[in-house]
Amino acid sequence: MPLDEGVRTLVRDGDTVALEGFTHLIPIAAGHEIIRQRIRGLTLVRMTPDILYDQMIGAGCARRLVFSWGGNPGVGSLHRFRDAIQNGWPAPLEIEEHSHAGMANRYVAGASGVPFAVLRGYTGTDLVGQTDAIKPITCPFSGEELTAVSALTPDVTVIHAQRADRAGNVQLWGITGVQKEAVLAARRTLVTVEEVVDTLDPVPGQVVLPARVVTAVAAAPGGARPSYAHGYYDRDNDAYRQWDAVARDRASFQRWLDEEIGAAVPSGGER
Amino acid sequence: MIAAAEWTADEIMTVTAARALGSGMACFVGIGLPSTAANLARRTHAPDLWLVYESGTLGAKPGHLPLSIGDGILAETADTVVSVPEVFNYWLQPGRIDVGFLGAAQIDRYANINTTVIGDYADPAVRLPGAGGAPEIAASCKEVVVVLRQSRRTFVDAVDFVTSVGYGTGPGDRARLGLRGGGPGRVITDLGVLAPDPGTAQLTLVSLHPGSTVEQVRAATGWDLAIAPDLAATPPPEPGELRVLRELTGHG
Repeated sequence: MPLDEGVRTLVRDGDTVALEGFTHLIPIAAGHEIIRQRIRGLTLVRMTPDILYDQMIGAGCARRLVFSWGGNPGVGSLHRFRDAIQNGWPAPLEIEEHSHAGMANRYVAGASGVPFAVLRGYTGTDLVGQTDAIKPITCPFSGEELTAVSALTPDVTVIHAQRADRAGNVQLWGITGVQKEAVLAARRTLVTVEEVVDTLDPVPGQVVLPARVVTAVAAAPGGARPSYAHGYYDRDNDAYRQWDAVARDRASFQRWLDEEIGAAVPSGGER
Repeated sequence: MIAAAEWTADEIMTVTAARALGSGMACFVGIGLPSTAANLARRTHAPDLWLVYESGTLGAKPGHLPLSIGDGILAETADTVVSVPEVFNYWLQPGRIDVGFLGAAQIDRYANINTTVIGDYADPAVRLPGAGGAPEIAASCKEVVVVLRQSRRTFVDAVDFVTSVGYGTGPGDRARLGLRGGGPGRVITDLGVLAPDPGTAQLTLVSLHPGSTVEQVRAATGWDLAIAPDLAATPPPEPGELRVLRELTGHG
């Protein structure tokens, strides 16, 4: 289905939405469509809220952010993310934060249909106590003290992949991050792809998501830019560097929203 | 200060950090200076260094420095690419990684690290990126090397937020917390190298970079810094190291 219809059908105001893709295959086009449709009050979930979530937060889509690292990799800070947390612009942003290992395990638990996952981690850090999603747990076999993290079960997970076939089976390869777990943990899933093909020829290191766990596929060639799609196009590192200046002040960000997305955001606290 | 003319603060930090890596070691690499140091080591004295990036690229051999931990060049040159849950659960957590490199916005005398906020957590003066892979790198690597510039702003009496645990509140704390890795073995700055005192677990100045003085290091530290009795002099960067480093960073 077309991307705008996919977003309209699957992403609703107030949903918990995970857009995943670890540097590679970030679903940028889908995120921009969420901005364009002015979907509001979202709990945005993502291990690495990079420039895409900077844009969605600045555009006022998010009420809450669940994450483990919020920066522009190799470049610096996310200015819209910081402005929301430090100054409540364009709206106050609640945060729930984790480590990467914690977030990855929360998706594993969600995908596995169990209420929590267990890991060695977090002990002694101040991350414990900031959220109810991290608790100590005693191993019933050894008596060892470990850490439990609650399962993540997004209402919708959105990912970008290289290919889908006409039956809706999805194929991705290269750095595949946490996308399989994020898809299997979600109630609904939207996958944008570089292309829809008749047959998914095998690729080394591929992940195939069977059609039965994919609610909708939308063709969105170039839909991960300025992130990249292994085998299709490279990461546009200059665009990541240039984002720093665009996001640095509210006026230039609003100009970007208006010109690039066609969705100017009011300067007040629209939700 | 003859040093400044011949190499920059980042260069001596990077070269000293690279020397902490031996051939054959498995190194968990963060982006920025750690990635530069690890790739410098691989091109000089440690050709068999095994680089692991948190994007799941194991044994990456990038021909140029990646901007992010997930650039395509890492996947293309890796021995294998695994999922993010796998890199943390199967590789980092069981202790398969020898050295983890971490940066920090603040560090205290027990090498506890803050990369989360400056100021109050609920109402921060500066919101930083947060934890990423650091807490578990600090917990589970056999050794952690911390690299950051030294000043009163970064070397503080108490960190505003413990993102990653060094030695907690002192000797024995790591064992009490169930942290199985060795903890920070070295903190490399632009002025020198600090290491935990075996008795107190407090960071102590163990090596001084060429051109810096003990007074200068003390003045850049927010606690009463102990100096190792056998204080060493950091060997200056060799021309070959600087040449490869500058090729890597494009400042050749």
